[in-house]
Amino acid sequence: MNSNIRESKGDRIFLICNYVFLCILLIAVLYPLIYVLSASFSSTKAVTSGRVWLWPVDFSLTAYKEVFNYALIWKGYANSIFYTVVGTLINIALTIMAAYPLSRKDFKGKNLFMLLFVFTMIFNGGLIPTYLLVKDLGMLDTRWALIIPNAMSVFNVIITRTYFKTTIPDELLESAQLDGCTDMKFLTRIVLPLSGPIIAVIALFYAVGHWNEYFDALIYLRDQNLFPLQLILKNILAQSEIDPSMIGDIAMLQSRIGLTELLKYALIVVSSLPVLIIYPFVQRHFVKGVMIGSLKE
Amino acid sequence: MGTTKLQTSKLTSQTKVSVKKRFTFMKALKNHWQLYLLFCLPLLYVIVFKYVPMYGAIIAFKNFDPTLGIWGSPWVGLDNFIKFIHSYEFGRVLKNTLLLSLYHLIAGFPFPIILALSLNYVYRKRFKKFAQMITYAPHFISVVVIVGIILLFLSPRGPFSQVLSLFGVHNVDIMGEPSLFKSIYVWSDIWQNVGFGCIIYLAALTGVSPSLHEAAIIDGASILKRIWHIDIPGILPTTIILLILNMGSILDTGFQKVLLLQNSLNLSSSEVIDTFVYKVGLVAPIPQYSYAAAIGFFKAAIAFVLIIGANRLARKVGQESLW
Repeated sequence: MNSNIRESKGDRIFLICNYVFLCILLIAVLYPLIYVLSASFSSTKAVTSGRVWLWPVDFSLTAYKEVFNYALIWKGYANSIFYTVVGTLINIALTIMAAYPLSRKDFKGKNLFMLLFVFTMIFNGGLIPTYLLVKDLGMLDTRWALIIPNAMSVFNVIITRTYFKTTIPDELLESAQLDGCTDMKFLTRIVLPLSGPIIAVIALFYAVGHWNEYFDALIYLRDQNLFPLQLILKNILAQSEIDPSMIGDIAMLQSRIGLTELLKYALIVVSSLPVLIIYPFVQRHFVKGVMIGSLKE
Repeated sequence: MGTTKLQTSKLTSQTKVSVKKRFTFMKALKNHWQLYLLFCLPLLYVIVFKYVPMYGAIIAFKNFDPTLGIWGSPWVGLDNFIKFIHSYEFGRVLKNTLLLSLYHLIAGFPFPIILALSLNYVYRKRFKKFAQMITYAPHFISVVVIVGIILLFLSPRGPFSQVLSLFGVHNVDIMGEPSLFKSIYVWSDIWQNVGFGCIIYLAALTGVSPSLHEAAIIDGASILKRIWHIDIPGILPTTIILLILNMGSILDTGFQKVLLLQNSLNLSSSEVIDTFVYKVGLVAPIPQYSYAAAIGFFKAAIAFVLIIGANRLARKVGQESLW
């Protein structure tokens, strides 16, 4: 659109209002996050008495010291990294293994397979039968329970297939076949090197999914040593108050409650940091993913 | 006699076709065995983790006993469904599910569109990029953390209560108030997803022909007029399709978030079908697998019909659909 054309008065008012609107919106989105960050760096007293409203008050690192001393959290961190890395690698491998054959015109039976895949998107067995299956497979309370049942997402298979179909020209395959290239070689030597963008997109979708997942861990795991970070967080964040009968002294109780509150703020920061640090660099990939996802064929 | 002959010839031609089909399939298998080999594992995954649970869903019609297995358990017909429909929870759970999704759909739908229209008229590229980056960000925060933030903010000592106390309202337990639950759920979700939801509308807006805008500018149309007469009609098909398709998934409440936001005080307004299934089937001291599976099946079946219907409607309205 051409901004050189002189704007009329009405348009200028509109544009100013538009900027004001967007600024208000940005503040509304950012404020809670800034508040959490500032509160986590403030002193217990400042937070509980409500003196924090934008910047840290009585700067202190008490909350972070507490978090660092909490062994379970680091265990959870390590577990989450494991689930995210291993899970995502398996996800990518399976997704490509499914998407590539489905993208080929000469893959006989692809329509039937597609139907089989897409049907699972609109109908599923439900929570209980899936749980019973995982139980029957002996995966309860093992790391596999968080990886194998979520080894592939049909939605991601479909967007990957769309990408293959639209970016790999048929002529390329034909000429490779004339030169005696096998399907496997074609995939590894030609298709995959051309598919960097889509692999980045699905890897990110999968990785964020693994990192943020808590429910599967909640139903499949009992052993605390296997808990991912989100489940440990859930147990701390959703836990309401400390049992007053445990601590006799009122002043002591007050400070304990304040500290737990503070600890929660610090925990939110520590757990969201990896995603939010990487996010600005990979944001465009997510956007691309949404775009490809909205394409058909 | 004539008809029989005709039928026989038809039959033979059919067998011929199927033989031919099988022959080409064998040929394809031979030529492209590597593709089929690749496809084995994903296919196995889908069959085991998607279709076996569908088979497992038949426990909804049985009285499942883990020692007898899925097939060995005795059939009870529709008893589990009848039990659910006559139960005290049925009305409440169904009402909460529908109200929550409808509220979410209606309140949440306009915001991404407004944001996309607004971003579309930001001429400063840097500011636009910045605004997009900030508004998309909350989408990637985990549901546990989002709920953690909500609970901290709304706790009796949290910042929100402190603002309320300035107005003379003291010590309200916001999370324990059933009438507020749905609003908390919906508005926090809008906060989290407005940016990400607008991506698709921004894409639709780039599809609006610039020549329309040029012509309108020459004719002296203001920006508001252009939004009303060019942009909105331009993204209307996308909007309608998305709206219809969202209607199809109306029973899908953000189950994980609802579960985390629930407490014993707001349960009367926060218990939805999915959380109820979870409690009956997995949390209860004596898990009622069959009963829970029946409730889950009840939901999945209705959802299935809704999605198919929505897709039909979408195809009719905009010649566009999911499949």
